[in-house]
Amino acid sequence: MFRPRSEARRPTVAVTVEGFKIAVPVGASAAAAVLAAGLDSVRETVGGSERMPYCMMGVCFDSLAEIDDVPNRQSCMVEVQEGMRIRRQIGARRIHPAAG
Amino acid sequence: MTVELAIIGAGPAGMAAAVLAGELGLDTVLVDEQSSPGGQIYRAIERAEPDTPLGPDYLAGRPLAAALRESRVDYRPNTTLWHVDPDGTLFLENAGHTETVTARRILLATGAIERPVPIPGWTLPGVMTAGAAQTLLKTADLVPEGRVVLAGQGPLLYLVATQLARAGASPGAILETAPLDNYLDAARYLGSLWPGRRLLTRGLGLVAAIKRAGVPIRRGVRGIRAVGRRRVDRVAWEGGELAANYLLLHEGVIPNIQISLALQLRHEWDETQLCWRPALDAWGQTSLPNIAVAGDCGGIAGAEAAVLTGRLAALDAALWLGHIGEAERDSRARPIQAALDRERALRPFLDRLYRPTRSVMVPAEDDIIVCRCEEVSVGRIRRAARLGATGPNQLKAFTRCGMGPCQGRICGPVVAAIIADVHRRPIAEIGTYRPRAPFKPITVGALADLEIPRCAATTKGETTR
Repeated sequence: MFRPRSEARRPTVAVTVEGFKIAVPVGASAAAAVLAAGLDSVRETVGGSERMPYCMMGVCFDSLAEIDDVPNRQSCMVEVQEGMRIRRQIGARRIHPAAG
Repeated sequence: MTVELAIIGAGPAGMAAAVLAGELGLDTVLVDEQSSPGGQIYRAIERAEPDTPLGPDYLAGRPLAAALRESRVDYRPNTTLWHVDPDGTLFLENAGHTETVTARRILLATGAIERPVPIPGWTLPGVMTAGAAQTLLKTADLVPEGRVVLAGQGPLLYLVATQLARAGASPGAILETAPLDNYLDAARYLGSLWPGRRLLTRGLGLVAAIKRAGVPIRRGVRGIRAVGRRRVDRVAWEGGELAANYLLLHEGVIPNIQISLALQLRHEWDETQLCWRPALDAWGQTSLPNIAVAGDCGGIAGAEAAVLTGRLAALDAALWLGHIGEAERDSRARPIQAALDRERALRPFLDRLYRPTRSVMVPAEDDIIVCRCEEVSVGRIRRAARLGATGPNQLKAFTRCGMGPCQGRICGPVVAAIIADVHRRPIAEIGTYRPRAPFKPITVGALADLEIPRCAATTKGETTR
């Protein structure tokens, strides 16, 4: 997992990752929140393999996640906000959360 | 909305261009996907503390970001360019809404991406790029826990190693992949060491810092593979292996040409840097009269050079838009061009020293995944090429390679190199993917948001544009 460096002194914001509440540093991306929560993968591919973000800069799309009910977001490019809800994306995105 | 100049990307090139364009009186909009200026190299620079483990070179980005904040440029963070028409119409998404902006001139400053490193096991969790770990440190003060191994070559690999060490997450080892031949080849460019001494000193300082931190460097390593079942647990190579919780890969950076390709600008294959880049003149002018490129997007030269090419492009835009005359452009450009020559002096040496080996360009083993999105292997790409696929776009239809969410950003360079290898033709003749809009995922709502001026105008009986 990723941990704050020992001298880190940033304030934190509270988000939920897969329904669990976690405090992450201000300025972190939603993908960073997933890694800081101790999870190794943000998404599963259409073929079912687990993926950790590879580039963290919006190129590889292995950080695709569902953020505040919107699927297919590049979570490495979205900064955390207080109360943000982050879920891993399993397989292809759903067209609409309600569509299942 | 209509502006004179639209700049895409708020890294060093985009920030420098925007600030100068603002000073010269150009009505300028600067669009950037991130929440604050800096690009990748100076990402989250405004939050940096003076004693950051990222070091002084990172802090050098601060004045640029501050100058941008003080300028009268219309800076738009959190804004994604998802389509651009060659006539200068930009389709911008922000917070789920789309706005179109028409620019008389466009400057692409989209920077660089890390070259894909398709080794066996590179899709396993625990394997990421060196730049990815650096981004986590920049944006969130986070470091990888456990045993970290860095593998590859290039200045960024050593920089990340020293930064992690300073942040209390000292890497267990650096596996350098540059073959001995590279050192010999680079030695032919020793003449560039004196003019490039500033950059060289910095590089030597990095290596010294790594040694002080006690990180072992193993040179000439070949055949690196990430091994593990659910995630990486060790790194193996020809003649050795190490336990690893994280494997950070880096084989240099290449221009980020997704948008310049989509615009169908003329591109050239750079045989020295082994990458495609848009064809440019000395001002960054592309093959389309209203579009220019600045920074690493136009060829890898580093952040300091990006600032300078950004300024040159801003001066040329000011001439093009009638704000200054040719004489003023040229006289203002002279010191910038001289500084750029100094900045580029070390490049021939660095490009040879850190030239990726053939196995990075064309992975040897058939079962290595090339397209991470659609999970297409080297073997399937080779078979499709043998069946007759002559280029990346045709190969898409054969294999779905490049049709996943990343739209070929990661696999593009590798796919072209494999096809070239199968057909025994130069990569320059194989070409690239042709990316299409939307460049990034947008919601149907953002699309439906579009005002369609042509329809509105027709009902009013007016002509458009």
